[in-house]
Parts: sequence; C-alpha cells; structure tokens
Amino acid sequence: MNIRYEKEDKQLIVEITEEIDHHIAEKLRRKVDDEITRHMPRKTIFDFSRVTFMDSAGIGMIIGRYKMMRLIGGSLEITNISATVRRILEMSGINKIIPMEDKKEVG
Amino acid sequence: MFDNEMKLEFISKSSNEAFARITVAAFASSLDPTIEELADIKTAVSEAVTNCIIHAYEGEEGIIKIKGRIIKNTIELEISDTGRGIENVEMARKPLYTTKANLERSGMGFTIMESFMDEVEIDSVLGLGTKIIMKKKIKKHLVNIEDEEFASIGGVG
Repeated sequence: MNIRYEKEDKQLIVEITEEIDHHIAEKLRRKVDDEITRHMPRKTIFDFSRVTFMDSAGIGMIIGRYKMMRLIGGSLEITNISATVRRILEMSGINKIIPMEDKKEVG
Repeated sequence: MFDNEMKLEFISKSSNEAFARITVAAFASSLDPTIEELADIKTAVSEAVTNCIIHAYEGEEGIIKIKGRIIKNTIELEISDTGRGIENVEMARKPLYTTKANLERSGMGFTIMESFMDEVEIDSVLGLGTKIIMKKKIKKHLVNIEDEEFASIGGVG
C-alpha cells in the first residue's frame, strides 16, 4: 500500500497494492485511519488500479472509511476498479453511495 | 480428463486466507476455468475460510480443513471447522446480516458464496462446528486446435 497526502487539495491518496481479504483489510484500516486522523483530509481516494482480488472484507473496510470521512465532513472516492472487483461492490450496493470510477482499458 | 481429489489442513491464521484460495485455484486450474470462474472460486473460498477464522474460532487457534474434488467438469469443495457453530443458519445466509459489525464485517460472505458458486450447503452444529459444501460447474470452452490434432493422431494409432 502506498499512501500520500496532497496538501494543496487536501486529498489523501491510498494506492492499494495487495489482494484485499480479511487479513489485509485489518492492516489497511489501521494504516488509513492513522493517516486520516493525522491529516484530516477533505477527500480520501482509494486507487484500485493494482487490486486484482477483493472479497467481502473489502466491503467492510470501504464502508468503515466512508463513515469516518463523513464524520470529519469529507468524502471518499474509489478509482480504477476492475470488473471482478466491481461485481463485489455492486452486490453490496455501496456503489450507490460511494463515487466509483472504472479502470480504463489499455489500448 | 481424470477426476481428482485433494485435502488441505491449516491453522486458523488470517494469513492462510490467501494460501487457501491460491491453493484451491491451482487445484481447480485443471478444469481450465476462465479468469472470471477462477475469481469466483477464489472469492468463495476466501469467504468460507474467513468465516472459520472470525466466527468459528473467534480469533483462537483451530484447524480448518478443505477437501476438494473434481468430478467431470464440476469442482466440489468441503470447508470445515470444529468451532462454535452457527446459531441461525437462515439469518447467516441473509445479505448484510452480521454478528460482527464491530469488526467491520459486511454480512456479505454467504451471499457472495451463493452467487459465485452453483450450490452452497451449510451444515452446522452449535458447539461442534460447521461444514460448507460448495459446487461449481466449469463450462466447457472451445477446444483448441492442438488438442484436436492430438486427438486425431491418437485415433489413428
């Protein structure tokens, strides 16, 4: 996972590089929550371009961060979602409350 | 194609979630599934194993067993634990129902297993454990030319 804070835009960019399961979700949430508390960003963006696998633990992790961002008056966005990950997100219905952008097909 | 069987046993550590789904995916690969079918199986296994770790053993150490079978073009998986068992199976199957919201569980585990696999059977006894049996038929894909050539050569000899 790579996290960077863009001061000017008050954006926290979280690039996830692991497969998101319960094991990884626990680590992600601790790290991301620390960063949110530290910077109090206006927006947190999850970059999913390197996420090749996600199960329901990812849904819980995303909803948790969404609630946290709402609590501090900010928002959450997910970018570069693959088709397999999108299926899981749609099943839970969170695509209706969180803005999501699909991965652009290369070529 | 030969039928096949395997058994896998490991302790309920969350780092074994990846181990379990990757191993099952390798076992399933002889059926020549599409990327999507393989993702379905991996996700269903990940959900079942996570349930064992979080719900059955509640973070304590226990043994998780996976039996895999390939019969014709169907993969059958039996994932079992000897943990606490499910109090209400009907509720557990419901989307968004969870007894562990404090752990940020989404309650989508069984819903995902059911939509990604053809059949999901839950066999649970309180205090004794849970066994999940899941089946998925892998669709036949177009036979590639090499296979056909090989078949015809075999036919001549």
